[in-house]
Amino acid sequence: MRRRATLVEKVIARATGKTSVRAGDIVTARVDLAFAHDSSGPRRWKPMLAELGAGVWDPAKVAIVSDHYAPAVDAESAEILKLTREFAREHGVANFFDMAGICHLVLPEHGLIRPGAFIAGGDSHTPMAGAFGAYAAGYGATDMAAIIATGETWLSVPETIRVEWSGAFMRGVTAKDVMLFLCRELGLDNAFRAIEYGGDTVASMSMAERMVLCNMAAELGADTGVIAPDDVTFAYLAERGAPVIDEAAARAVASDPDAKYCAVHRFDATALEPQIAAPHSPDNTSPAASFDGVRIEQAYIGACVGAKLSDLHMAAEVLHGRKIAPGVRLLIAPASSKTTEAAAGDGTLAILMAAGATLLPSGCGACAGMGAGLLADGDVCISSTNRNFQGRMGHAGASVYLGSPYSVAAAAVAGSIIDPRRLLSEAG
Amino acid sequence: MGRAFLFGDNIDTDLLAPGYAMKLPPEELARHCLEAIDPSFAAVVRRGDVVVAGRNFGLGSSREQAAVSLKLLGVSAVLAVSFARIFYRNAINLGLPAIILPLACEIEAGDELSIDPEAGRVENLTQARGYDVAPIPSHLMAMIRDGGLMPHLKRRLSIRGAGVPE
Ligand code: SF4
Repeated sequence: MRRRATLVEKVIARATGKTSVRAGDIVTARVDLAFAHDSSGPRRWKPMLAELGAGVWDPAKVAIVSDHYAPAVDAESAEILKLTREFAREHGVANFFDMAGICHLVLPEHGLIRPGAFIAGGDSHTPMAGAFGAYAAGYGATDMAAIIATGETWLSVPETIRVEWSGAFMRGVTAKDVMLFLCRELGLDNAFRAIEYGGDTVASMSMAERMVLCNMAAELGADTGVIAPDDVTFAYLAERGAPVIDEAAARAVASDPDAKYCAVHRFDATALEPQIAAPHSPDNTSPAASFDGVRIEQAYIGACVGAKLSDLHMAAEVLHGRKIAPGVRLLIAPASSKTTEAAAGDGTLAILMAAGATLLPSGCGACAGMGAGLLADGDVCISSTNRNFQGRMGHAGASVYLGSPYSVAAAAVAGSIIDPRRLLSEAG
Repeated sequence: MGRAFLFGDNIDTDLLAPGYAMKLPPEELARHCLEAIDPSFAAVVRRGDVVVAGRNFGLGSSREQAAVSLKLLGVSAVLAVSFARIFYRNAINLGLPAIILPLACEIEAGDELSIDPEAGRVENLTQARGYDVAPIPSHLMAMIRDGGLMPHLKRRLSIRGAGVPE
């Protein structure tokens, strides 16, 4: 009889050519997709590949996205972007995306994230791809250079923590609130474990919201976050011109009903309120209402986790017919150029601009502490990004609160943090 | 042998390698290592010194510069109650021993430490006490013995012949 297995164990077993693997096994996996961005990729790989005398093992399985330094803000960042372009050209990497947005959103938008795949990314938020039922983990540059040269990497098979949510959210509550809440509940120290999300709340979420859950598995310190592929997954990929041919095989990657988890947590979605993480850590979380009145100078809607089309829609729901408070800067950096295009097409951008928002280029921007929108000493910012470590978005003396796009937009209107449901109910 | 520099829980990669300085050459970036919580660290740390910390050291981004900066400053090992996964891999890949020490809180600032990562032993010479620590798994020791992942891979690829992967 086949041993019962988790989704993660099944994906890793396939990638290692074994019939089964068990949590704790140390194995070598063949990588289905290896990707990196301009900061972690070519500029670091180039000297290492030269030292090895190696090339790119399989350019068709490699993707490169310029997002951290794009668009260039000075001569150094321009050089990094130039090197990245040249590397992609010289090594025949066809899946190279320049000025298209943030890697974790651009890759699924192009149908490159496949259920059941083993994905290695040169970025800590690689787990976002786990929303499609892939094993997707982040690696440092030397690990990635080794993968680019050989197509394989070692890993210790992680245990899986199952997190189940049931019930429908109140209006104004989102996947982002789930994750800020889980950072507090599960802590940030879950290394060498995977988080598997399930339950009817997750089953009824869009891919955009599922991506938030898996993206912030990185904040929990987990290897990856995963969600079993289903009709929502298949519809997303089909809409992007990359349908899953064998849906039954893709579904079979789901954890067996009697799979062994190291822990199972169950939560009631109907009771969850909007959450805010206070400086300087994503686990410093409390209900939004408890920060009522904290003055802000900047509100930032950006990042892979917090500036997808659905995130801009949330902001627009709050901002429709309203103006941001005097003295507040509302900066919006859509996560991809496709997002900007769609938001321009459906009227969302017009609502945001009419409210007084400033539109920034698509890219990591201030989230990575590299692009536009950085903070000064003493600045207070509320942000839809995933991390608020000290100094990440600029000066070490700045304070960053994390919240959903609803919470960020509501604070921009009020000039201080408020429970976004107060503005949503007024909006009707 | 080196002196202990103490840090708390959740030392993140933005503290170790601040984003705004990430485009600087590695040696210059290293001068900003941990400046937000210990402005003098990069200036006073000497070759052989040891970083001692609490839980989840190196959480956050995948940036390898977090481990590179410590190495360039001469740090000989990091002792922590636990490590974030990517930092742990990065450190080992660079030949910087990352050692799990559940009783790291017993060490005091400036204590003289002597560490043998292969034998799995940490000696606190100042306090005259020692700790057995978990042995590093054999597949990682092979890499460390070769001097890190790059030299390890170079050897493997040259054995297979002219950089052709299997
Ligand atoms: S937007 Fe922020 S979290 Fe996402 S990849 Fe870029 S820097 Fe990382």
